[in-house]
Amino acid sequence: MARAFTPKVVTANDLLEGDVIYQTEDDSWSRDLSEAELITDEAHAQVRLLDAARQANKIVGAYLADAIAGDKGPEPTHFREDFRRTGPSNYAHGKQETSPQPRV
Amino acid sequence: MYRYSEFDTAFLAERNAQFRAQVERRIDGSLTEDEFKPLRLMNGLYLQLHAYMLRVAVPYGTLSSAQMRQLALLAEKWDKGYGHFTTRQNIQYNWPKLNDVPDMLDALAEVGMHAIQTSGNTIRNVTADHFAGAAADEVADPRPYAELLRQWSTDHPEFQFMPRKFKIAITGSENDRAVIKAHDIGLQLVERDGVLGARVIVGGGLGRTPMIGKELSEFVAFDDLLAYLEATVSVWNQIGRRDNKYKARIKITVHEHGIDAIRAKVNERFLQVRPQFKGADMNLLEEIKGHFAAPAFREASVASFESAYTNDPVFRSWVDTNIAPHKNADHAIVTISIKKHGQTPGDATAEQMRVMADLAEEFAYDELRISHEQNVILPHVHKSDLPAIHAKLKEHELATANIGLISDIIACPGMDYCALATARSIPVAQEIATRFEDLKLEHDIGHLKIKISGCINACGHHHVGHIGILGLDRAGVENYQITLGGDATETAAVGDRTGPGFAYDEIVPAVERIVEAYLDLRDSAEETFLETYRRVGMAPFKAVLYPEARANAA
Ligand code: HEM
Ligand code: SF4
Repeated sequence: MARAFTPKVVTANDLLEGDVIYQTEDDSWSRDLSEAELITDEAHAQVRLLDAARQANKIVGAYLADAIAGDKGPEPTHFREDFRRTGPSNYAHGKQETSPQPRV
Repeated sequence: MYRYSEFDTAFLAERNAQFRAQVERRIDGSLTEDEFKPLRLMNGLYLQLHAYMLRVAVPYGTLSSAQMRQLALLAEKWDKGYGHFTTRQNIQYNWPKLNDVPDMLDALAEVGMHAIQTSGNTIRNVTADHFAGAAADEVADPRPYAELLRQWSTDHPEFQFMPRKFKIAITGSENDRAVIKAHDIGLQLVERDGVLGARVIVGGGLGRTPMIGKELSEFVAFDDLLAYLEATVSVWNQIGRRDNKYKARIKITVHEHGIDAIRAKVNERFLQVRPQFKGADMNLLEEIKGHFAAPAFREASVASFESAYTNDPVFRSWVDTNIAPHKNADHAIVTISIKKHGQTPGDATAEQMRVMADLAEEFAYDELRISHEQNVILPHVHKSDLPAIHAKLKEHELATANIGLISDIIACPGMDYCALATARSIPVAQEIATRFEDLKLEHDIGHLKIKISGCINACGHHHVGHIGILGLDRAGVENYQITLGGDATETAAVGDRTGPGFAYDEIVPAVERIVEAYLDLRDSAEETFLETYRRVGMAPFKAVLYPEARANAA
């Protein structure tokens, strides 16, 4: 039996900055996971991933990452995505340096 | 064929201009990422979790003060004020912007440096002992031999279509600081009846199938060595597996056929290829040697050193741990620890890089080295200069006396930076170092090497750590496997798994239990962790790591 579809966001790295970005509903890119479009339908997820892949001169390596709905928007379900939305743990660099991304 | 620096000025300028144009074409959309990726990788530019990463080559780990200053400039101008020295004897910048990379490469070229990566299934850069040319225990400086091998293999047809990549390491000493038994081929220079030659080790490697190299030949005279290595690679080219990427390395070939069968084939092949070698390579070797000539060591009294050693306990402790014997008795080899307790192993700030450059220029014949243990070395220092060097290092948090001790940890970038990681490694290293600093036990524990990798690629060499730690992803949480008894030296061994892994918040207490058990078990303060482990085996360590298992069994 096929595995049930779990909610996703489209994420990638910015071509110029190299930092982590998320696709939003209005088809732009945000640096904040909570602003991402949370996709709950598998077919729609594939369409949105193709939309992302078409923007090859802005982004690198788009993929679907698992996420769940939280109070303020999508939240990561895996620690890798939690690091990607925050930054490294040895210095306050990356997103935690610029935008409020409290680590929980 | 002779080129001392692999990439000369004109070549580098052209390569950099090419890459600048490629970056522009990527940005304006005329190159796709699929087209651009191999081009950027060739130029040392990777994409990691949070940003791009630029990996700069440091051939033979050797740098001048001008080069070190330029590395500092790059850190300040285009990164976040620091650089990361790796176990591959190179430096990585973790935060460059794509637009800036061409300028960074031009700045490197100003001091004859580059980020060009050897890639593909060819002979990768040959690595040598980081104490080369300075160590008291070496038969000969291995770097000219390393360079000869690199040049000779670069355009050689036998080496262009190998089953897989191939790495060679060379040491000039019996004390192996180049991990020769974890390379495809390891060479130890030895002298026999006045003839210089090499002991040849084959089939070592880490990664997903760790293997310790085996002795292929006890002694090959140097003028036969190229022929012998060609024979070895040729045998592997014939019988190595090309059907499966994970089985293609020579370590698998040696494992599957057995060392004796391989040796017989190599000897047979050697007789065929030997007549083609007519000694031209030996002339080349003489020429290369000139480029690695030792400085003219200065003569002076060492009295000031001796009085500081007697009178200053902090200096004495630093000398006892961080200084190694030099072949010139009045000189010393200084290892500068860039692993102050709680810091990221291998990170140095721009200011620290400049301080080290200044020290090299003033006191160390303008030479610095990067070790695969992620520290910086001043290979030639007159002992009378040690007190001044120590004083300066202290001002810049570079005087930590911990070389070879529990906080001198090798850790790969892990999930804090690396896109391939399955768990973090840096914070585990930081917490172990801080914990044992708080306990004030480090010097009492003595020689103990902890090595940490954030996935099975084993960049942190965890298999050969006395205590090895491998970070994995177990059902979406970080989990750390421990191995004990690994060894990266001439008595190389792959560590043994202790059993089930530990969660992130359990790993430091687990290491602490292992170390406490060792302190209880050792014969005397002289018996090192590794010696104790070899004497008592795994059982007592298992007992402290998994007390509940014992309780359940009882
Ligand atoms: C962060 C970016 C890095 C990436 C993506 C990366 C990736 C890899 C991969 C895929 C391998 C396995 C190669 C193979 O067997 O085909 C490898 C091996 C290795 N890496 Fe890294 N690495 C990174 C950083 C580092 C760093 C920072 C160090 C030094 C601290 C390092 C040291 C090594 C070493 C020594 C090996 C060889 C292990 C062996 O003998 O098999 N790497 N790396
Ligand atoms: S061992 Fe794995 S996590 Fe660590 S640097 Fe290498 S590839 Fe990355």
